[in-house]
Amino acid sequence: MSVTVRIPTQLRALTGGAGEVEVDAASVGEALKALDAAHPGLAERLFDESGNLRRFVNVFVADEDVRFLDGLATPLADGQTLSIVPAVAGG
Amino acid sequence: MVDYVTGLRCRECQRAYPAEALHVCEYCFGPLEVAYDYERIAADISRERIEAGPRSIWRYADLLPVDEQAPVDLGAGFTPLVRADRLAAELGLGELWIKDDTANPTGSFKDRVVSVALTKARQLGFKVAACASTGNLANSVAAHAARAGMDSVVLIPSNLEAAKVTMTAVYGGTVIAVDGTYDDVNRLCAELTSERPGWAFVNVNVRTYYAEGSKTLAFEIAEQLGWQAPDHVVVPVGSGSQLTKVAKGFAELGKVGLLPAEPAVRISGAQPEGCAPVATAFAQGADAIRPVKPDTIAKSLAIGNPADGWYALDVVRRSGGSCAAVSDAEVLDAIKLLARTEGIFAETAGGVTIATLRRLAALGAVRPDERVVALVTGHGLKTAEALTGTEGAGPTATIAPTLDAFDAALDAARGHGIEELPR
Repeated sequence: MSVTVRIPTQLRALTGGAGEVEVDAASVGEALKALDAAHPGLAERLFDESGNLRRFVNVFVADEDVRFLDGLATPLADGQTLSIVPAVAGG
Repeated sequence: MVDYVTGLRCRECQRAYPAEALHVCEYCFGPLEVAYDYERIAADISRERIEAGPRSIWRYADLLPVDEQAPVDLGAGFTPLVRADRLAAELGLGELWIKDDTANPTGSFKDRVVSVALTKARQLGFKVAACASTGNLANSVAAHAARAGMDSVVLIPSNLEAAKVTMTAVYGGTVIAVDGTYDDVNRLCAELTSERPGWAFVNVNVRTYYAEGSKTLAFEIAEQLGWQAPDHVVVPVGSGSQLTKVAKGFAELGKVGLLPAEPAVRISGAQPEGCAPVATAFAQGADAIRPVKPDTIAKSLAIGNPADGWYALDVVRRSGGSCAAVSDAEVLDAIKLLARTEGIFAETAGGVTIATLRRLAALGAVRPDERVVALVTGHGLKTAEALTGTEGAGPTATIAPTLDAFDAALDAARGHGIEELPR
């Protein structure tokens, strides 16, 4: 399944400046793994030592925070968009 | 003026960054903090120098992250610190003060942070000011952008109070109402920041500077108490940023020698029950903040996923403070309590603060032997509609223009608990 991952400014140095990357994945975890395979170094920025999403990284699927869904196990449908967004904003 | 800023530093991994429009660390996504040369500030700053400054937040320019002779300024700050004896008596407290930030130019504490953010943004060359807002920030960004001759683009949830929408739109900027919660608006703005690098989103890419503006609450409280720290401060918690910066403000006063030593100030957090991720984590002794879907009349605090929630929790715990969440009914009651005892009309977030103060006083977490300050951060006119239809929010009676009708109305009112008035 092809999904689109939206990349924030802070990570674009690792994607050659691209703001969107297409990957094949059936879940959020798979998509982020595929992203790291295509652009090595990304996983280190997104995950802590125990393999969880870093506290200050938010991931959204269809505009919903995956922490409200099934986290990294959240399934993805073909053509869906997943956004990586720094958590520190607002207020 | 001298620039005492040495750069930005990641609060988590300590990586250093230049003082530009950056808000999170590229490596761990931790928040960036402004780093100052406190030794140099301590050498230059003095109570006299501050007291000779303008009656605004800019009297504390040495401790703000921007070196500018002509800030973007509508006169934010130096708001009244009011001794609240009548309220204290009702709550069973001793020395109680209200920091009345309803007196700011656009009626909320947001003028403090926006004045700092847009001064820095203009210096960095930005021509457009933007933000995600629950209302108060929208008012302030639109007003300060107008003052500075900048364009503004403000994004708000579509369910905001009518007054907050009008108070934003009147300044002539672009106002986009989003069908969704504040957290949806915030996520959209966080994404837009990557797509519109020429815009200064005050609470996203210039948030590091913006947040520093809240330190002035602590500076003013200490100065207005005669250069003394209070024992306990009660702060409303939305994103948690204000609470952490109030703590930082008091700590800095000790660091630069304006207070004899780093003061021990207990900081307590106030949240509405319908959006209480920080108070819930405090009550449960949890280390992580669990995001919630907000449902509260205190819309300015309706942030379900608070950016600084974890840091706010940490400050509350380390300072020996407490945290509570209060119901919408308690909030409305507290707005009226503050108004009838002290003559201050607070917005719903101020009602949250006073209701929480009342709760913590009843629990003994705020004590009568403490010098207490409660932050009332926004004006009641902004959220007057929350009171519509509740008791004591309309005319006591509606009468024909005759003496008899007046006497009858007064008699009837006495029957409803209003005391006999001297003739």
